[in-house]
Amino acid sequence: MAINTNSSNVAVRENRIGSITGYVGSLKDLAQQSECGTLKGCARCFSQSSTCLSQCGLGQLAGIRDVAIIHHGPAGCSVAGAGAYYLDKTMAKKRGVTNNTVYVGTDMNEKDTIFGSAESLRRIILEVNRRYSPKAIFVSSSCATGIIGEDIDSIVDDVRDEIDVPIAAVHCEGFKSRIWATGFDISDHAVLSSIVQPPKQKRNTVNFKNFYESARPEIIEMFREFDLEPTFLYCNSTVEELSHLSEALATTCICGTLGNYLGNGLEEKYGVPYVRTINPLGITGFETWLRAIGEATGRSEKVEKYIAEQRAIYIPQIEEIKKELKGLRAVLGMGPGYTFEVSRVLNELGIEVVWALAWHYDKKYENGDVPPSMKYLLDNGVDFEASVADQQNYEVMNILKKYQPDLYLSRHPGSTVWAIKNGTPAVYVADEYMIFGYKHTLEFAHSVLNSIHNRSFEANLAKRVKLPYTDWWYEQNVDKFLVEAKK
Amino acid sequence: MAKLLDKQRYKCALAAMQTVQAITRAIPILHSGPGCAQKLSDGIGSSGYFSPNIFPCTSINEKDVVFGGVKKLDSTIENALKVIDADLYVVLTGCIPEIVGDDVGETVSHYEDAEKPVIFASTAGFKGNNYRGHEQVINAITEQLLEPSEEKEEGLVNIWADVPYQDLFWLGNYRELAKLVEELGLKPNVIFGYGNGIENIKKIPKAQFNLLVSPWVSLTNVKKLEQKLGTPYLYIPTLPVGAFETSRFLRTVGEFAGVDSEKVERIISEHEKYYYYLIERYADLFLETRVMAKQFSVIGDAQYTLGITKFLVNDLGLIPAQQFITDDTPKQYREAIKAEFENLNYGLKAEAVFETDSYKIHEAVKAHDYHGYPLILGGYYDKEVTNELDGHFLNITWPVQDKVVLDESYVGYQGGIKLIEDIYSVAVQRWN
Repeated sequence: MAINTNSSNVAVRENRIGSITGYVGSLKDLAQQSECGTLKGCARCFSQSSTCLSQCGLGQLAGIRDVAIIHHGPAGCSVAGAGAYYLDKTMAKKRGVTNNTVYVGTDMNEKDTIFGSAESLRRIILEVNRRYSPKAIFVSSSCATGIIGEDIDSIVDDVRDEIDVPIAAVHCEGFKSRIWATGFDISDHAVLSSIVQPPKQKRNTVNFKNFYESARPEIIEMFREFDLEPTFLYCNSTVEELSHLSEALATTCICGTLGNYLGNGLEEKYGVPYVRTINPLGITGFETWLRAIGEATGRSEKVEKYIAEQRAIYIPQIEEIKKELKGLRAVLGMGPGYTFEVSRVLNELGIEVVWALAWHYDKKYENGDVPPSMKYLLDNGVDFEASVADQQNYEVMNILKKYQPDLYLSRHPGSTVWAIKNGTPAVYVADEYMIFGYKHTLEFAHSVLNSIHNRSFEANLAKRVKLPYTDWWYEQNVDKFLVEAKK
Repeated sequence: MAKLLDKQRYKCALAAMQTVQAITRAIPILHSGPGCAQKLSDGIGSSGYFSPNIFPCTSINEKDVVFGGVKKLDSTIENALKVIDADLYVVLTGCIPEIVGDDVGETVSHYEDAEKPVIFASTAGFKGNNYRGHEQVINAITEQLLEPSEEKEEGLVNIWADVPYQDLFWLGNYRELAKLVEELGLKPNVIFGYGNGIENIKKIPKAQFNLLVSPWVSLTNVKKLEQKLGTPYLYIPTLPVGAFETSRFLRTVGEFAGVDSEKVERIISEHEKYYYYLIERYADLFLETRVMAKQFSVIGDAQYTLGITKFLVNDLGLIPAQQFITDDTPKQYREAIKAEFENLNYGLKAEAVFETDSYKIHEAVKAHDYHGYPLILGGYYDKEVTNELDGHFLNITWPVQDKVVLDESYVGYQGGIKLIEDIYSVAVQRWN
C-alpha cells in the first residue's frame, strides 16, 4: 500500500485490500482462496441494515480531546454527535481529565441539495472555531453532500488561512463502502495527514490503538516493567500527543481491523515499526504479541521475565477452569478483527467453534499478508464452518436455530438479544479488553461459565416471545440471498 | 439553508422508522445507506419484536447512486415479505434515492396485491427532522391504507400524541392518555405501543373523533384525517401533567364527546382527592427543601416545554424563566404556542424561545439570574451547564443518558406525582 497523505481521500477497503462482505463456506476454504487470489465476495439481494462508515470514522476522531467535528449533512448524519458527547464526557471523567470536543451538524435541507451550501459551511466552520477554539477541526461530508458534489476540500482550503489549528476534510459518504471499518482508515488518514508531525526526538512510547482504554491502568503498569510508555489512541488523546506519534518506538493495536491503517502508515512514512501479530487475546495471543513488542523495542529479556512471572500466577487457574468449559459448542459473530482471534481463544479454552461469522473479511492487510489470526488458525490445523455476514441477523438466526449451540458470542449492540430469544445464552464481548492477557482470559472463562450456569433469563424470555422470521426462512440455506458480485 | 446545529436535539425524517417500529408488528424497509438505521436508533427499548438492526435495508452503494436503486429495492421488498413475519411493511426513503430520483412509489405499487400491506413514505433526511418524519408516516397510512367508513363506532376516539422513541416516555404517555379517555366511558384507539397495531389502524375511520394532544406535531395528520375520512378532531395543545391540566383535559374531552358533566366532575374529584392527599403529606418537603429555588427552565420539544411549564407553574407554584423549544417548530405554529406559554395562573407569562442551537441556549441560561439554584429539565447536554450553575438537573428530553424509562409517564395525575418524585429525588441529594 502507498499511503498518500496529500489527498484527503482514502480508497475503500474493497478496492485497497480486497475486503468482502458475503461468503459461506469454511475457514480453510476462505483462507486458501484468499491466498491464491480466487476469493470473490458475494453481494446480497436481501439485506438488513448494518453500520455507516461515518460512525466509525467520525466516532474515532470525536474521541480526541478538544477537537471539533463538523458533519456536513442532514440532521440524521450528525446525530452521532449526541452519543459522542456522552462518551467524551464519560470517558474523560473516568480518566480525571476534561474533554470539550464538539460534534456539530449543519442540518442540511432540501434547498441545500439543489443550490449547495458552501458559503454556509464556511461560516459554520469559522463560528465553531470562534466558539470553542478547538485544537483541530475535521470537516466531514455525508451521502447527501457527496452526491451533490459539495467540494468540502476547497472549502477547507479556503478557511485554512483564517484558522490557526490543523483542519482536514474527511470523506465519509456512507454509500461508498459496505465495510464500515473503512471509517477507521478514514480517521487514521485524517490524523496522519493533518496532525502527525515528522519526528524530532525518539521517545520510549508505544502507540496503542484501542477503543475505550478500559485496561489502561494495567497496561501502563505492565509497560513500565519494560520501561515503555503506552500512548492510547484515540479516546482521550490530545492533539499534542498525536502530533508526536512518529516519535514512538512502535505501534500496536488491540484489533487489527481498527489499527491496520495507522500502524502501516506510521511505519511507511516514519519507519515506526508496526507490531502486527495475532492479537493479545488468550494465552498464545498475549505471549506472541508481547514477544513481538519486546523484539520491536529491544526489550525481549524483560518481556520473557514478565511472561514467566505471570504464567506462574494464571496458567494453573486457567487450566483448572478449562475442565468445566470442555465440550461446549459456540457460534460467534463479530468483526473480522475479533472473530478469528476469539475463535483461537475458544479453541485454546477447549470450546468448540461450530460456526464463525465475520462481518467482513480483509483478504490481505496493507502489507500484503493474510491477516495473522487466520494464518495462525490454518497453521495449527483449526477449521470450522465460517461465513462473512455483514451483520445480517437473519443469517445468524438461521445458523443458531440449526446448530443450537451452547453459547453465542458477539460484540455489536443489539445483537445478543436475538440469540437469547432463540434460547441460546449470549456473551457480549463488547469491551475490547475482555479477553486481554492472562487475567482477562481467566475472567472471560468465568463469564462464559456464568452465562451458561444460569439460563433463567433467556429461558424465561424465549418461552414467551415469537421470533420475527418466517418458518420459510429457517428452512432455507444460509446463503440463499448471496449472489455473485458483479464487478 | 444549512445552519450550525450545535448539540442537536432531533434526528432527521428517516428516524420515522421509530414511528413505524412503535406500531406493533409493523416494520420499516429502508431505502437508504447501510448505516442509517443504526445511527438513528437509541439504546432505549428499541429492541422488541423487531429491532433497528433487522430492519430490511437496500444498503445503497456507489453503483446504486449512479444507476438508481429501484431494482435492489424491489428485491428487498420481495424478500422482506418472505423472510419477515409482519403485518405492515413501510418503505422509507433516505437521502440518496430522493436525490438521484428513484421512483419508489412505482416500485411499491408492484406489491399492491401482496398478502400484507406495503406502503411508503418520503422521509429523506434533508426534508425535515423526525417530528416531520413522524407526520409523514401517519399521512402515508392515511393516504394509502384508510378509506372513509359509513359505520362509526360510538365513543371510539383515536388518540394522537408525540413522537415514539424521540419522546422517552412515549409508551407510558400513550397508555395514560388512553386510560384517562377510557375513564370517561370512551373507547380509546391508539396505533402505537403494546398490543396496538394493524387492527387499530383499521379502526381509525370508525372513530367518532380524533384527539390530538400535542402543541403542533400531527396537527397536519388530524387535518388530513378530517379531510379524507370526515372525522372531526379535538386539539389539545398541552400535555396534561399533574392535577391542574389533567382535570382540564378531562373536562375538555368530556365536553367534546358529550359525556355527562356530573360524571366528569366525579372522576376528577376522585383523582384530585388522592393527588392532594399525597401533596399534603409532602408539602413541607417542597416548602422546606433549602436548595430548591423558585425558578426553572425546560429545554426540549414543544410538548414537554409547554406541558411541564404549566405543571410547575399551575400545580407547584414555581416561576418560569425562559423556556427553550428545540424541535424546530414550523413557523406557522409558533405564535399560538407562545400564547399558550402566556396563559398561566395569576397572569404569569413564560417567555418561549424557539432555538435549535444549544450553544445559544446555554449562553442564555448562564446569563439569567435564577435567584438561587436553577432547576433545569432538559436533554443530557444541559447537565454540565446546570452543574456549573450549581443547579438541579433532570434529563427528560432527548438525548437521554441519565435515565432508564420502561413505561413510566409524566401524563395525568399519576404522571405529575412521578415528576415531583424525580425532581425531589435530585434536590434531596443536597442539604444546602
